[in-house]
Amino acid sequence: MHIIKVENLTKKFKDFTAVDQINFTVEKGEIFGFLGPNGAGKSTTISMLSTLLLPTSGKASINEYNIQTQTNDVRKSIGLVFQDPSLDDKLTAEENLRFHARLYDVPKEKYEARLEEVLKLVDLWDRKNDRINIFSGGMKRRLEIARGLIHYPAVLFLDEPTIGLDPQTRSHLWEYILTLKKEKQMTIFMTTHYMNEAEYCDRIAIIDNGKIVAIDTPANLKRSIGGDIITINTSENEKLQKELAGLKDIVFKHVNGEWVLEVKDGESFLPHLLQQITTPIQNVTLRKPSLDDVFLKLTGRKIREEDASDTDKMRSMMKMRRGH
Amino acid sequence: MQFLKTIYTIWQRELIRYWRDKTRLASTFIQPLMFLAIFGSGLRQTLASGNLGVDFVQFMYPGIIAMSVMGVAFFSTISTVWDREFGFLKEILVAPVSRTSIALGKTTGAATIASSQALILLILGPFIGIKINLAIIPELFIFMILLALAISGLGLFIASLMKTTESFGLIMQLLIFPLFFLSGAFFPLTAVPLWMSIISRINPLSYGVDAFRQILLRGQLPEAVLSQFSLHSITINGLFLSLFAIVMVSAAVMAFNKKS
Ligand SMILES: Nc1ncnc2c1ncn2[C@@H]1O[C@H](COP(=O)(O)OP(=O)(O)OP(=O)(O)O)[C@@H](O)[C@H]1O
Ligand SMILES: [Mg+2]
Repeated sequence: MHIIKVENLTKKFKDFTAVDQINFTVEKGEIFGFLGPNGAGKSTTISMLSTLLLPTSGKASINEYNIQTQTNDVRKSIGLVFQDPSLDDKLTAEENLRFHARLYDVPKEKYEARLEEVLKLVDLWDRKNDRINIFSGGMKRRLEIARGLIHYPAVLFLDEPTIGLDPQTRSHLWEYILTLKKEKQMTIFMTTHYMNEAEYCDRIAIIDNGKIVAIDTPANLKRSIGGDIITINTSENEKLQKELAGLKDIVFKHVNGEWVLEVKDGESFLPHLLQQITTPIQNVTLRKPSLDDVFLKLTGRKIREEDASDTDKMRSMMKMRRGH
Repeated sequence: MQFLKTIYTIWQRELIRYWRDKTRLASTFIQPLMFLAIFGSGLRQTLASGNLGVDFVQFMYPGIIAMSVMGVAFFSTISTVWDREFGFLKEILVAPVSRTSIALGKTTGAATIASSQALILLILGPFIGIKINLAIIPELFIFMILLALAISGLGLFIASLMKTTESFGLIMQLLIFPLFFLSGAFFPLTAVPLWMSIISRINPLSYGVDAFRQILLRGQLPEAVLSQFSLHSITINGLFLSLFAIVMVSAAVMAFNKKS
């Protein structure tokens, strides 16, 4: 059974097509990721799947409920962590969760146990009676995740769950998410523009300008690049060159003082390579192609570059405001 | 069952937020005192010998209550715009609950706050010489609640259309004056130009003022004098206010349901 099924889903804002005829399915228990740059249409897709926005055309179902005609059943089936904060600052952590649990009709007798469970999961159990206006950004994010879980949704949507968090908190959050997947068999649909986060997903869809340009496991996507990259440094370049020329199935170049080898399967090739050559080697690295390389190949652009230019823009704007 | 639980949950959150906002809480007590001080001592001297056949403060008092209910009810419905600005509205709108129960929770929340302030005004009334017959208090309070619901419904409908607190505030500014001046609070609406009379007929505040005045002054004035100020029967006033509240809440529900 496909727990999420999307067919030709499209959203237009006036003339602008934010989501363009996308198709995909997600299996129960899968972590499915949307990877794409700013403005790609990730949040718009989540808004449609969570019944907050009406599609222009196409259809989709969650847990076998149609997102347009069975909105209430869809809403019961999902938990959501929005890209932007959505907690009530005037309430305590526990009050925020209680409000949510009541709207989702969590039975009174189960509430206490679940509250403890989800708050312990995100390490906020001892802060439950604190007003959340004193929480840090990371604590708020974790609380939002706990809130999205307290009604045991079939599908959890996480829109950029780790945005604005430091690397340590980010990897903590990922521990929680992976625990959830294992313990609760929960299906997780998430968006990100961090390459390393996309690696945690079982499958990812790469989305750009509202279109899905590829869907596969992260490993397969990188494999589509065609091989691995090995770099070697040595002081005896001529000898190494001769030896490499004698090997089959490799392409090699001398770039910036090091030897760059493109090989099919680096992991099995590297031991073989080291047996074959006798030239003394200073160091050797094996590099897998990254999802960045995949994105670059599919769209001709790098995701990271856009991020960098965005933060630069923001910085210069802030400087202008401060009058520098 | 879930329907009532949702209304209660939303209502309760409105009250918790109100209770924790010390500024709003303080103004609940200060505003009525201010009104009464101004109207009670200031205006009584300048306008002591009105030609209405009734003490001016006694005549104005229903209008003061109505104005205070309107101000607080409108201000409390701003919470919906705040929720939108701070992202919390999404959390509410994505929950598996009917939009009607959300709108009713919001409306009753604002109405509760507004009627409690009206109750304070009622308690303070005797201190500025307003004569209140204890027996009328239940009836009066019912009409305070009805007016509070009607105005909160209107406020919620406007809030459901607004994206920012600024635009909401602007619309409120534009509305409050005509609503108040054409409510019958300052002068009777029995002998006014046609256009004024038409506006006052769709103005919920005029029905509130009319009902408050009849209830408060009944027995203190001869029937004939009282009927000169009165626009409608108490029943009509009650029906209009209820209907107005229902129409406004439904309109707000429709606005919430719009998903572009
Ligand atoms: N309500 C709206 N009206 C008009 N255009 C919109 C609206 N919402 C989104 N868009 C546009 O649709 C495009 C996709 O936006 P969306 O928020 O889905 O991007 P995203 O992939 O989530 O990006 P980010 O990584 O920055 O969150 C953007 O160009 C955005 O400007
Ligand atoms: Mg987004």
